[in-house]
Amino acid sequence: MSSKTKVPKKNKLSLPERIGKAFSNFGKRFVDGSLGTKLSHFIFGAGNFYHKQYIKGFLFLVIQVAILAFMILCPEVNGTPYGWKALRNLSLKYATEGSEFDPVLGFVSFNSDCKLMVLFGFVTIAVVAIYFLVWNMNIQSSYKADMDKKIGKKPTTFTEDLKELLDRKFHVLMLTPTCIAATVFTLLPTIFMISLAFSTYNQQFMNENGTNLFHWNGLENFKAVFTGEGILGFEIRNRFLPVLSWTFIWAIFATLTCYFGGIILALLINKKGLKGKKFFRTIFILTIAVPQFISLLAVRNLLGEYGPINSLLMNIGATTQPIGFLGLKPGDSESLAKFMVIMINMWVGIPYTMLMTSGILMNIPADLYEAGRVDGASTTKMFFKITLPYVIFITTPYLISSFVGNMNAFNSIFLLTGGGPTYTGYAAGGTDLLVTWLYKVTIDQGWYNTGAVIGIFTFLITATITLVTYRRSKAYNEEDTFQ
Amino acid sequence: MSNSGKKIKYKSQSRSRRVSLGVTYLILIILSVIWLIPLLWIVLSAFRCQYHPDGTFIGTVTSDYFPKYVGLKNFKDLFSMTFAGVPNAFGKWVLNTLIIAIVCCIISTFLVLSVGYCMSKLKFKLRKPFMNISMIIGLFPSFMSMIAIYFLLKSIGLTGNPEHPEYSIIGLILAYSAGAGLGFQIAKGFFDVIPNALVESAKLDGCTSFKIFRQIILPLAKPIIIYQALMSFTGPWMDFIFAKVIIGADNPRYWTVSVGLYSMLFSAFADKNLFTQFAAGCVIVAIPIVTLFMFLQKYYVEGVTAGAVKG
Repeated sequence: MSSKTKVPKKNKLSLPERIGKAFSNFGKRFVDGSLGTKLSHFIFGAGNFYHKQYIKGFLFLVIQVAILAFMILCPEVNGTPYGWKALRNLSLKYATEGSEFDPVLGFVSFNSDCKLMVLFGFVTIAVVAIYFLVWNMNIQSSYKADMDKKIGKKPTTFTEDLKELLDRKFHVLMLTPTCIAATVFTLLPTIFMISLAFSTYNQQFMNENGTNLFHWNGLENFKAVFTGEGILGFEIRNRFLPVLSWTFIWAIFATLTCYFGGIILALLINKKGLKGKKFFRTIFILTIAVPQFISLLAVRNLLGEYGPINSLLMNIGATTQPIGFLGLKPGDSESLAKFMVIMINMWVGIPYTMLMTSGILMNIPADLYEAGRVDGASTTKMFFKITLPYVIFITTPYLISSFVGNMNAFNSIFLLTGGGPTYTGYAAGGTDLLVTWLYKVTIDQGWYNTGAVIGIFTFLITATITLVTYRRSKAYNEEDTFQ
Repeated sequence: MSNSGKKIKYKSQSRSRRVSLGVTYLILIILSVIWLIPLLWIVLSAFRCQYHPDGTFIGTVTSDYFPKYVGLKNFKDLFSMTFAGVPNAFGKWVLNTLIIAIVCCIISTFLVLSVGYCMSKLKFKLRKPFMNISMIIGLFPSFMSMIAIYFLLKSIGLTGNPEHPEYSIIGLILAYSAGAGLGFQIAKGFFDVIPNALVESAKLDGCTSFKIFRQIILPLAKPIIIYQALMSFTGPWMDFIFAKVIIGADNPRYWTVSVGLYSMLFSAFADKNLFTQFAAGCVIVAIPIVTLFMFLQKYYVEGVTAGAVKG
């Protein structure tokens, strides 16, 4: 019964099936292929030479020689090697406190730059991956020439291959720059930082070279967040849950205030018969156009101890002492700072939603309102029954992405309160979000491993929220039908 | 009878409408004032030109919103300022930022367009995996990998290089634009709207994918090109934290203008008396960016709206 109601799925292979197919494919190419193809498994480009595709073969060969040289000769940068030595360095388990160094690997001196060792290890892994990728490409290229020959076609020339890049393989040409750049400057650094979460790499280790060596310590850093063990553990455990919950509270309030504020502002500006729509819109867009470090620092100084607002309040006798709105001094109120940050964030965030919803509001079918009017519904009722549901329905993806964006709203916190009140060392202040704490712990304090742990937690939270909602959203599921 | 009743109703309706319109104006004007207070204050501070009784210049935050005396002294001082040992630092920062912004704008726009087009209009095996991976990477806080990018650039001498401190600029350009291709979603959403039939029929006529891209897609893509160029050009003017980490606190000659301005208030060289000059710098930076935004507002709105609705 159930099989009948099921929507017929595409003929998809499961992962093990796909792996199996890939292996049988390799075997097939080796057995069926010409002598050149067989040789290609060991010498890159051999098959191409066999088919007289000299330029292509030469290019493959050059790549193989270059990578092998890289792996064997281990070029050094700043005294840290690449190549097989880098791979070995990556797998090292350094001696821990007390002992000088691992007896098996006596040549690892304390002065080696551990972060570079790890980094270069991952670079080398990437190079190895490229080696196998090219290896596969070279066999494939030779095998294709075999097949062409079999059906009486001439193997493609180099110019023909290049022409293919502009047509059937256009995506290769278009994606290669991004793939290379993103691998080097985004993927690699991310993997590197994730790996540090499982290591002892931090400032203390760097300062006291020799007493606390670099080694992989598994989940220790993660455990410390909950148990409070280790040098940093106590601070981290004490502050982790407060920061996490504040991050959530902040994200919820910041998202909702800006969202509904923006819708209301858009309704006001787009009101029938209102003149100067463009003028008002321009004023509100100013906070988007002006760089945040300017606008937020302006607010910070405006509300500062000696700023105009405080002196105004003191002049009219509302307060005798300057109010610490933003918790910049240790004794300032934490809840006031939190409240102010959310309010000021509205100033920055409302115009975004206003812009976004303006277009949507104008596209609401007029007959919906007409029907409402016939039924005698009041303006307020129509707002809640027609306008709001319509806008919310269309902007749900935006709501989610702005929630995630607010969880990572670095500027709003860093520029306004600097995380205060009371921030010392690696202990988070009252308004610190996970990201600003992450920044302080890594960049200011150099506790890379702990920072990486915070980063991974942040990732897990945002990823869960995004994936759950995104997978359910229409944009994802009906991506193909939309086109 | 019924006619007069209608009239009264109409009259009262138009009256209540007028009242509600008036209330709307009032609210919008109040909100506009709130929105403008901090920005106007920065502009006013930039022009403030006041002295203590003993003749020293007042450059700090003061309790007055409106300055008593105005002048261009802050702007003059800003351009001749020696900061962190760098003479005429501000002009150099502006120039650095301009170079970075232009190069980033070209590279990023190119990368985003090409990836967006591939993801939208070309069919190939690794399309879905590529989209998923780029989304997952995007979910990691960028501050996490920031320090790793710094290490990486340092190891190849593109930042913190004592012999060639100017290489930091190249390093920052790489850091800004290398990952740009992963932010292809808005461009993809834009290309998705271009009918596939257009591409298919061109293909049947024997057009290569490259030709389709160049002769059909690109001319249609003007709004998204402008949006992308605007975003990547203004990015380096707005960001200060990435630039601060990548270029480094010890290399003030090659800071971007935002790092420089920020450091005038918060750094080892910060001085409370530099506030009015900071404000002058803010005005100089903000004016071109705001102008650009105002002129290209239409494209900006189109871009963000597309991004929001598509998700």
